[in-house]
Amino acid sequence: MKLRLLAAALAATVVLPFGAASAADLEVTHWWTSGGEAAAVAELAKAFDATGNKWIDGAIAGSGGTARPIMISRITGGDPMGATQFNHGRQAEELVEAGLMRDLTDVATRENWKEIVKPSSLLDSCTIEGKIYCAPVNIHSWQWLWLSNAAFKQAGVEVPKNWDEFVAAAPALEKAGIIPLAVGGQPWQSAGAFDVLMVAIAGKDVFNKVFGEKDAEVAAGPDIAKVFKAADDARKMSKGSNVQDWNQATNLVITGKAGGQIMGDWAQGEFQVAGQKAGTDYTCLPGLGVNEIISTGGDAFYFPLLKDEEKSKAQEVLASTLLDPKTQVAFNLKKGSLPVRGDVDLATANDCMKKGLEILAKGNVIQGTDQLLSADSQKQKEDLFSEFFASTMTPEDAQKRFTDIIASAD
Amino acid sequence: MTGQAYAGRPNQLLRNLHSKIASIPMILTAVVIFLGGTLWTVFYSFTNSKLLPRLSFVGLDQYERLWAAPRWLVSIENLAIYGFFSLIFSLVIGFVLAALMDQKIRFENAFRTIFLYPFALSFIVTGLVWQWVLNPEFGVQSVVRSLGWTSFTFDPLYNQSIVIYGILIAALWQGTGLVMCLMLAGLRGIDEDIWKASRVDGIPMWKTYLFIIIPMMRAVFITTLVIIASGIVRVYDLVVAQTSGGPGIASEVPAKYVYDYMFQAQNLGQGFAASTMMLITVAIIIVPWAYLEFGGRKRG
Amino acid sequence: MDDTVSLKARAAHGASRLAPGPQGKKPRPMFSPRNIMIYGALIFAAAYYLLPLYVMMVTSLKGMPEIRLGNIFSPPLEITFEPWVKAWSSACTGLNCDGLSRGFWNSVRITIPSTIVSIAIASVNGYALANWRFKGADLFFTILIVGAFIPYQVMIYPIVIVLREMGLYGSLTGLIIVHTIFGMPILTLLFRNYFSSLPEELFKAARIDGAGFWTIYFKIMLPMSLPIFVVAMILQITGIWNDFLFGVVFTRPEYYPMTVQLNNIVNSVQGVKEYNVNMAATILTGAVPLIVYFVSGRLFVRGIAAGAVKG
Repeated sequence: MKLRLLAAALAATVVLPFGAASAADLEVTHWWTSGGEAAAVAELAKAFDATGNKWIDGAIAGSGGTARPIMISRITGGDPMGATQFNHGRQAEELVEAGLMRDLTDVATRENWKEIVKPSSLLDSCTIEGKIYCAPVNIHSWQWLWLSNAAFKQAGVEVPKNWDEFVAAAPALEKAGIIPLAVGGQPWQSAGAFDVLMVAIAGKDVFNKVFGEKDAEVAAGPDIAKVFKAADDARKMSKGSNVQDWNQATNLVITGKAGGQIMGDWAQGEFQVAGQKAGTDYTCLPGLGVNEIISTGGDAFYFPLLKDEEKSKAQEVLASTLLDPKTQVAFNLKKGSLPVRGDVDLATANDCMKKGLEILAKGNVIQGTDQLLSADSQKQKEDLFSEFFASTMTPEDAQKRFTDIIASAD
Repeated sequence: MTGQAYAGRPNQLLRNLHSKIASIPMILTAVVIFLGGTLWTVFYSFTNSKLLPRLSFVGLDQYERLWAAPRWLVSIENLAIYGFFSLIFSLVIGFVLAALMDQKIRFENAFRTIFLYPFALSFIVTGLVWQWVLNPEFGVQSVVRSLGWTSFTFDPLYNQSIVIYGILIAALWQGTGLVMCLMLAGLRGIDEDIWKASRVDGIPMWKTYLFIIIPMMRAVFITTLVIIASGIVRVYDLVVAQTSGGPGIASEVPAKYVYDYMFQAQNLGQGFAASTMMLITVAIIIVPWAYLEFGGRKRG
Repeated sequence: MDDTVSLKARAAHGASRLAPGPQGKKPRPMFSPRNIMIYGALIFAAAYYLLPLYVMMVTSLKGMPEIRLGNIFSPPLEITFEPWVKAWSSACTGLNCDGLSRGFWNSVRITIPSTIVSIAIASVNGYALANWRFKGADLFFTILIVGAFIPYQVMIYPIVIVLREMGLYGSLTGLIIVHTIFGMPILTLLFRNYFSSLPEELFKAARIDGAGFWTIYFKIMLPMSLPIFVVAMILQITGIWNDFLFGVVFTRPEYYPMTVQLNNIVNSVQGVKEYNVNMAATILTGAVPLIVYFVSGRLFVRGIAAGAVKG
């Protein structure tokens, strides 16, 4: 049979182009595919290409949920990419423990990351048993309320200054045919919105007790009950936002079809792409205008262990490029996130980013839930809140289930 | 019959050697992939493997958690509803269309092509198109409303209690054409004398179909059943493309639970426990039947 | 018993029909109540099947402003092919802005060898099961049929490990093997049914002439099995062309099939969802299997009749 020959021939064609390619091509996988995100990635690619290497873009659309399984299969299957994005935190923990990821300690010490990366918790999340395994690229904070000035004008009410005013303005918005709060259908959005409400309403200490120490008693307590009440309000206000993706929800705010959205600072990239100006077209309220605290999660690049020496060198170059001051500025301006180093000049930042920088400088920060909880607990939380936001589950029942999740969380 | 005709010879291993060699790919697939993969999955479902499989046993913990998870229970219920209606409607619609097509009609080719073409499209495409048709803002609902019936509501994909039927509509659209083809092929295989005889005896047409023709089409029904049922158990892509399991968790299905927990939640143990439950259910229903059907000595 | 009957019928009718339908040969008047009912039902059903295709077509030919205003069923006021061009050659995912074109040849490169290999193996399996059954063969076949019910997602992990151990992970060969494995249950069932429906005398006569396993397969069985090969081919081309999961999990980006780009185009929303581009991309991706169906639809029913009818 010719089949075996055919297979052999195919196998040969498979191997050849890979080996023949320029050794400094580095495939980078990520799930940044929205307008603002793509523009930001382009900055990273440009900076890396300028070093003489080549950025091979491996974008996988459909958010981390679609992309992560593919990335993990690639790494565990023994055919890893050159570098890959993960959310900062515990998503790659086990890959590191299994010895599949590359130790970046050399680069980090040479470039003095310990000094320049601010807040230091970012680097701590990259550190496992004293070794550094990832390069943080940005700080993303979840705790923002984005409001459409046009929508409130149309409804004839003032643009709210905090969450309570926003809730009070909801009936007026509804009367004007505007959805008060846009929440996309993807589960992580409703779970994230809840975390934001918790920081704003119950405060930093409660947040740390619940997610940091996994204290089930606090989770069952009156503080969290208040948060669930607020989540109940949010649920009522979000009726009718029939969209899936976060940026479609943001788009509802941009076009004035929705009053506001609780979303991380990455939403800013979308406003920017749409040509809107902070302050005049839209308003941002960090910490929902209640408690000005932001979380410092974010994205980081991880580097799988490669056999090819040239590529390993290119990995080092990429790692240092990612933290380069110039790249940091260019990338984060486009992405709407904050730089990971305190020593860069963001004079061109807009009002919202400046607010974020101020809060960061004051040290009003918490760790992100991705850093505090395992992916497993996060997923359970997502299941709960996507159900909560779409159903008529009572806040009390939801709190009970929330407490169970916290009690068994790791 | 052929198989047994050569069964009496001695030298067990060498007998039928070529056939055995030729069957190596099948044997490997059956044993290594399907059986091996299954056992491997069951084995690791008793561990608390997270992102990577590891051997730290936790007994039945994963199963306890699984059966306490509301999302899993919703998934099971959805699969039951979806499976029941999908099976019934696929068979009924497929058979009725085939019976209609078998009435010596004109334009048979055109009709057949129309009924069959959705099967050529992937579930991603199917999900996307129906998401669009069923979208209340643009689709059927808005069209009917613009015709004057302003209170008309048809938003299955955004209504928790009926979302699974929204998925069913798309699934039937995609799959019934193939069932129709199978049934049509079966009907074409029926001897015309049977029709003549039944007409002579004055048996009404529907009775002839129900009591004479359908029992004669047993083999077709079995092939069809395998195809439909295996599709039902595996339903995943369509749900992801149409609703991503939403609104909330209202349209979740077991295969999606498995995938999400294995890869998104990075909890292999939980995902494996869920797959084991699926496999056991399938095995309980299928294995005895399959062995009787395909394993027996009889040949058709 | 119906074996021989249908075979005779097939021999007699050769081309399009296996046996005449239930209604005798008398043509009926076109507008009898009975015909109105039959055609009414068929046309109603056809409308349901055609509606989405119609929506896809008209949407893909509209500009975005028109989509925002109008209803999805109205024909385009101003026909534009821009969405098609964009979907094919310039829609972006991340930094790659070359639309579906990048994945088209990959899909071809994946589909052709996978289809050939999987059919070759399944047909031999079916032949061995039908004509050369050995002890235990039924057990393996039963496992295979049960395997058809296992959700693909469950098998990803074990297969990643197997392919890694074989050193084939990420290669085209690995993907071909995966497609062969998952195509095997249904294909083997079809081939087994088909080969056991062929007249036994042929096989016996060849055996008496001293022909062996492979000789009979190539000289006698193959030439008689065009219809079932067409069915298998159609099923496999459709399945493999439309596959997303395996294409993305078991290969690396330079081999990603078209469906991956489709997913990327559909899911990477830059600003507003461009429904017209999505629909054009959808039709373009479905084009190859659709053409295969339109061209060989007639053979499909005939082949199915041969492969599925006999148990």
